[in-house]
Amino acid sequence: MSPILDIHDLRVSLRRGAHLVRDVSLSVDAGEVHGLVGESGAGKTMIAKAVLGILPDAIRISGGSALFRSDDLLQLPPKRLRSLLGREIALIPQDPLTGLNPARRISAQMTDMLRHHLGQSRGEARANALRLLQEVQIRDPEQVLDRYPHELSGGMRQRVLIAIAFSAEPSLIVADEPTTALDVTVQKQILRLIRQMQERHGTAVLFVTHDLGVVAKVCHRVTVLHTGQVVEQGDIADIMSARATPFTRALMDATPRYDQPADALHPVPEHIHQELRATARRFDEANP
Amino acid sequence: MIGARLNWRIFVGGGALLMLALTAILAPLLAPVDPLEQDLFLELLPPWWQADADPTRALGADSLGRDVLSRLIHAARPALIVAVVAGVLTMLLGTALGLLAGYMGGMVDVVISRMVDIWTSFPPVLLAIMLVALIGTGLHSVIIAIVLIDWTRFCRVVRSETLAQTEMEYIDAAVIGGLKRGAILFREVLPNVLPLVIVLLTLEMSIAIIVEAILSFVGLSVSSDSPTWGGMIAEGRQVIHQAWWVMAFPMGLILIAVLALNLLGDGLKTALDPVLRR
Repeated sequence: MSPILDIHDLRVSLRRGAHLVRDVSLSVDAGEVHGLVGESGAGKTMIAKAVLGILPDAIRISGGSALFRSDDLLQLPPKRLRSLLGREIALIPQDPLTGLNPARRISAQMTDMLRHHLGQSRGEARANALRLLQEVQIRDPEQVLDRYPHELSGGMRQRVLIAIAFSAEPSLIVADEPTTALDVTVQKQILRLIRQMQERHGTAVLFVTHDLGVVAKVCHRVTVLHTGQVVEQGDIADIMSARATPFTRALMDATPRYDQPADALHPVPEHIHQELRATARRFDEANP
Repeated sequence: MIGARLNWRIFVGGGALLMLALTAILAPLLAPVDPLEQDLFLELLPPWWQADADPTRALGADSLGRDVLSRLIHAARPALIVAVVAGVLTMLLGTALGLLAGYMGGMVDVVISRMVDIWTSFPPVLLAIMLVALIGTGLHSVIIAIVLIDWTRFCRVVRSETLAQTEMEYIDAAVIGGLKRGAILFREVLPNVLPLVIVLLTLEMSIAIIVEAILSFVGLSVSSDSPTWGGMIAEGRQVIHQAWWVMAFPMGLILIAVLALNLLGDGLKTALDPVLRR
C-alpha cells in the first residue's frame, strides 16, 4: 500500500539554531493509525505541527519533506495548503478546553467546516452536524448543538472535536495527545471512539502521545522518538515484544498499568538518556 | 451574546442613561424656559424649597438670571453627543489597532505598541487642552481630541486579549480548518474580545463626559453662551459663596451620568462573559 503521508528526513529547528527534530522519516499508510511516541520534548508535537503548518514563529523547518499523496506539505503555497487542510487533513487538538472557541456555539463551530469546505447550506450543515454528534455518541445532540463549550464536560468537548475532525471526511487526521487532558475513565471511551470512527471512515491517523499504553490500544505501527530522533519504528506487535530497543522497553516499564501495583514503575535509566543525548550531539556536530 | 443574563446593574445604569438620553433628545420640549433668556431681576434666585424662590425657576437662576433647570436639560445634549460619538469612534480606532497589533505581531505590533507607550506618557487632560487649542474650539474638536488621546485604552486591552486568544488551540483548529487570516480574526478572535470592548465602551463614554466637562470648564468646548455642564460649573464657581446651587446641580448630573455608565459597564461585564454567564 502506498503511504498517504510520507515524511522524509524532516528537520525542525529554533530560528536561533538548535535542532528540535533531527531528520525524522516516517510514513502513514491509508487507513492506518500510526503512533508517534516519546517523552515531553522528544519533538513529537513539533512533527505534527510542522506537517500542519502551525509551528510557532520562533521555530522553522530546516530540511526534509512531508509528502501528502504527491504534494509536499512543507513547500505548498498557502492557498493550496488551506484547501487541503480541514478537507483532506484534520486535527484533533490536545486540550478540549481551548480547542473550541468559547464565544461561539457548538453548532456554529461544527457547521463552519461543512459550509466552508463542502459548500453545504445552513440547513444541510446542521443536519450533518447532528448526525456527526450522534455518531460520536453524544446524548441529546439537538441540545448540545445550541450550547456553548463551557456548558459541556471535557469528554463531551473532546467528542465534539472528534466529530469536527471527521466532518469533512478527511483521509488523514492528526491527533495531538487527544486523551492527555481527560480523566482516565473518559480516556478509554475516547480512544475506543477514535478507533471506531477511524475504521468506519477508513481514515489514517497520526496519533501523537507520550503514553505507550495508549499506543498499544489504538495503533498499528509506532515511531518512538527521543531528542528529536527516531529510536524505533515498526509494527506494534514487534515493539511490544522483547525485541524492542532498550529505550522503548524502559519506556514501557515507566508506563503505569491498572493491573500492576505502583511500585512496579521504573523511570527510564539515566544511562539510556545519556546515550541518546550523545547521538543527538553527534548529529548536531555533523549538521551545525 | 444572545441569552446574556440581565442583572440589576444593567437596569439601574441603563435606566438612568435612558432617562438622560430622553432628556437630551426632548430638551426643547422639557425645558420650562429658554436656557439663554437672561433676566437680571432673577439674579441668583434660589431653588424652589428655599424662601423667596420663584415657582417658574424650580432650580433657581444663575448670575445672569438664566434658569438653571433649563440650562441643565439643554446641556445634556453636548454631553451625550460627545459621549456617544467620541466613545464609539475611540472604540473603533483602538479596537482595530489592538486587533492588528495582537494578531499580526512583528513590526506591526512593535510600531503600534510603541505609539501607545508614547501616547500614554503624556498627561491626557493637558494633551486634550493642547489639541483643542490647536484645532480650534467646538464640539467636533472635543470629539477629535478624545479619540486621538483615548484610543490607547482600547488598543492596549484588545491587543493583550487578542494575544491571549491567539495562543488557544481553537485558532490552530481554525487555521487547519482552512480559514483565511482575516476570517479567523473576525469570526474567531473578535467575538471573544467583544464583551471586553463593550465594557470598555461604557467606561470610555463616562470618561468622554468628564473630558467634555473639563474642556467646557476651561471654555474650550462649544461656544460659551450655549449651556454645558462644565461651563455651568465654571460660572457657578465664581458665585459659590452666594449661590451654591448654580454649581452643585451640574456636578450632581455629571456624577449620576458617570455612575450610571460605570454601573452599566459592570453589569454588562458579568452578563456578557461566556464563562461567568450561567
